[in-house]
Amino acid sequence: MAKVKVKKQSTFIDMTAMSDVTVLLLTFFMLTSTFISKEPVQVTTPSSVSEIKVPEANLITILVDKQGKLFLSLDYQQDQVIETLRAVGNDYGYTFTPKQEESFKKLKSFGVPIASMAAFLDLPIEKQDAYLSDAGNQRAGIPTDSVEVKDAVGNSISKDNEFKRWIRYATQIRDDARRGNSDLPELQLAIKADKQTHYPVVKKVMDDLRSPELRKNRYLLITNLKTASSD
Amino acid sequence: MSEVQVKESGGGGKNKQKKQTLRVDFTPMVDMNMLLITFFMFCTTLLKPQTMNINMPSNDKVEKDEQQEVKASGAITLLLAGDDQLYYYEGMPKDEKTGEDHYDDPNFLQVSTYDPDGLREYLIKRNAGTYEQIQELKVQLQNQEIPDSIFRQKSREIYDKAKENTRVAPPTVMIKPTDFSTYKNLVDVLDEMLISNIGAYAVIDITDGDRYLLFKKTDDSKYLTPEQLAQRNK
Repeated sequence: MAKVKVKKQSTFIDMTAMSDVTVLLLTFFMLTSTFISKEPVQVTTPSSVSEIKVPEANLITILVDKQGKLFLSLDYQQDQVIETLRAVGNDYGYTFTPKQEESFKKLKSFGVPIASMAAFLDLPIEKQDAYLSDAGNQRAGIPTDSVEVKDAVGNSISKDNEFKRWIRYATQIRDDARRGNSDLPELQLAIKADKQTHYPVVKKVMDDLRSPELRKNRYLLITNLKTASSD
Repeated sequence: MSEVQVKESGGGGKNKQKKQTLRVDFTPMVDMNMLLITFFMFCTTLLKPQTMNINMPSNDKVEKDEQQEVKASGAITLLLAGDDQLYYYEGMPKDEKTGEDHYDDPNFLQVSTYDPDGLREYLIKRNAGTYEQIQELKVQLQNQEIPDSIFRQKSREIYDKAKENTRVAPPTVMIKPTDFSTYKNLVDVLDEMLISNIGAYAVIDITDGDRYLLFKKTDDSKYLTPEQLAQRNK
């Protein structure tokens, strides 16, 4: 009987090719994708056939969630963003420490009444997220009602709503900066609302923007590209 | 592939020449890459959000004679009702000159839908002529035969020419969302305007007359203002 020789075989699999493929894939993802920006509320935008891309900077995004809470995200030069915060704070009699301003710079989007802004900025980042995304939190969202607000000393200072003030100062500071530097593009307003949002909420936002103080009539409505499946 | 053959030639011939294979195991490298890919897939998005430009009519009071008169024959009013219902009517409910009154005509307000065979079909039919010309331009733009600036200039010319047509007025669409419609309804309608190449459209507030028409059609009193409701109950 012939003895069958069992050949010792190595089980080593060459992974070099595999590694090449994964590196290629990784490069593709890194080059083509953009990071999902962190938003305090999940918003599903409606889809449209429009193919205009959202500008990457010089943009104020007004985020409107299903319940009608407003969040702002200011995407322009940081020093102007801080100036906006100071101007709005000053209007209502609040000042911010350098540490709070630093924390404001890091914010992607915010939505708290100016009265609780200082306390909000003192929170660590994880707590800030929890504060904004907490659905039961009545204080989240920028107030749009025109109620009389008392400042620290107790004088009533304003009947204007905070949302309008934010937009007004943001655009005003931008316009001042543009006077000195004509290369600076104008700020654009983008409305990003959930598709379930009721129309009166959106109308309120647009009416505020169209009010005589602001006179903003051009908006970008942020949508998704319509695909066959979403039709 | 990942083997490197190393020939040892040292040793002055005393030692036997040893042939050594240097093998690098790439498995951990692949593992790490896979992890990175997973991270990128979860944390990034390939789709950039799109936008839709919208110009709202200014809130400032415009002098009466400065206001652009909308030709009644070309006017289409869209009423965005609750529960994704869509209604439209042509012209004016009440003609100032002839005194024609459509408020009690049940067929004046027509039912439409957000589906392609609803509003879109109707608008394209109403916009016949202009629609085809713009569509031709759009194809040229897509094939990059003409730049964006030429496209805009030419489409403006087409719209202006359509306005001069006295026999068939080009459609002017007035979008009037009720308080019961959603943001999606509004974007959908604006989308249809883009698809049907409508030259002139605007989002405006609903009037009491439109509320009354909706109430007549749906028999739902939620569309009426409190004042109108009080008057009816009298």
